[in-house]
Amino acid sequence: MRRIGKDQRARIALTLNGRKLAGEAEPRMLLSDFIRQVLGATGTHVGCEHGVCGCCTVLIDGAAVRSCLTLAVQAEGRAVTTVESLADGGKLNALQQAFQNNHALQCGFCTPGILMSFTDFLARKPHPSEAEVVEVLGGHLCRCTGYAGIVAAVLEAAGGQGRENK
Amino acid sequence: MKPRPFDYVRPDTIDEAIEILAEHGDDARVLAGGQTLLAMLNLRLVAPEVVVDITRIAELDAIREVDGRIEVGAAVTQNRLLDWPALAQKLPLLAAALPFVGHFQTRNKGTVCGSVAHADPASEIPLALAVLDGEVVLCSTRGTRVLPAGEFQQGMLATARAPDELITAVRFPAAGSRGVAFREIARRHGDFAIVAVAAAVESAGSIRIGVGGMTGCPAVRRIKRDGNGAAKDAIERIAWELEGYDDIHASARMRRDLLRRIGPVVVEGAIRCAA
Repeated sequence: MRRIGKDQRARIALTLNGRKLAGEAEPRMLLSDFIRQVLGATGTHVGCEHGVCGCCTVLIDGAAVRSCLTLAVQAEGRAVTTVESLADGGKLNALQQAFQNNHALQCGFCTPGILMSFTDFLARKPHPSEAEVVEVLGGHLCRCTGYAGIVAAVLEAAGGQGRENK
Repeated sequence: MKPRPFDYVRPDTIDEAIEILAEHGDDARVLAGGQTLLAMLNLRLVAPEVVVDITRIAELDAIREVDGRIEVGAAVTQNRLLDWPALAQKLPLLAAALPFVGHFQTRNKGTVCGSVAHADPASEIPLALAVLDGEVVLCSTRGTRVLPAGEFQQGMLATARAPDELITAVRFPAAGSRGVAFREIARRHGDFAIVAVAAAVESAGSIRIGVGGMTGCPAVRRIKRDGNGAAKDAIERIAWELEGYDDIHASARMRRDLLRRIGPVVVEGAIRCAA
């Protein structure tokens, strides 16, 4: 049984993007803050901190989840995957490239979370319908592009045509 | 915001978990998927002394069929149940309702039992459990008790769970051949329903209809199955009886109107599904 007192800092070990890392955290530390502040991987963004906006979405053991609704200690021993894992050096992966092709981002604040959601979703369902993409995108808020470009990008990454009038 | 400090305990067995709950009672909060609890902690709507993380208790992470009932353990996530291959055949009402529970991303972590434990008046899983006349299994150092859904949920966010009890599972009666249907109205997909309606055909003569979002907990009524006109009249009576309530999402009047509109459609859907 794992026990950590409220005033204690415990050593939390996990795998981040394939690399074994560890850092110290109080029980109340959110995974989002642990990734950004303790491990120093700031690609994951923090928006609302109550699970609504979706910016902080990461994969835990392959499943897209809100890192602000997860305690750092809950990810102990798990494989966490963030937006930093997607590009191969300077080369964007297919999903990221499709976002660029379809003007699916402006300020980019929401983008890391959206990319991680669709990384999980497309792995489970490589050829989704537009309605399915819209449903998954419903778990994210984007305040600048509107969502049409994002839907087009995901469909293009899934082997479709992307936005017709681009 | 960030949560206030709390002690974190992650038991490996149900016995360990219920001992911790027996020790701390009201000062402890059970953490399963955390899709409501973490938001409440972050907003400091709750500030427990101890958080008891039950997600690594292996015996809670199972979907089993026991005596014609599907038992879903407390660590089973909503997406895991949604992906369960037998779901459409055994629990068609859950197959219809689960896609409306939060979002893909929150269902990856949110649990079936957690939704029942939280007891939001407009949430889908407690409604399905009530309409199907399911059960909640509660475990403590004093023993185990099994409550029917109707006795478990007592009002808005209020349940019969004692502070030292752990919900270890919920049990849904397997469908057999009866027809079911579900529909909800929300501003956006993934929001809590303004009004949700579920129906299950019980026998040739009667239908159980459940309404969420109108009262503090799911309201279940039995109506006669003798032609569409009768169902419509029965739903009209239920709409006035339940009354609904005003909040930022909808007025009581709008809730009654939504029930009048989707209620008959759901009843017809359940009858068609049974045929």
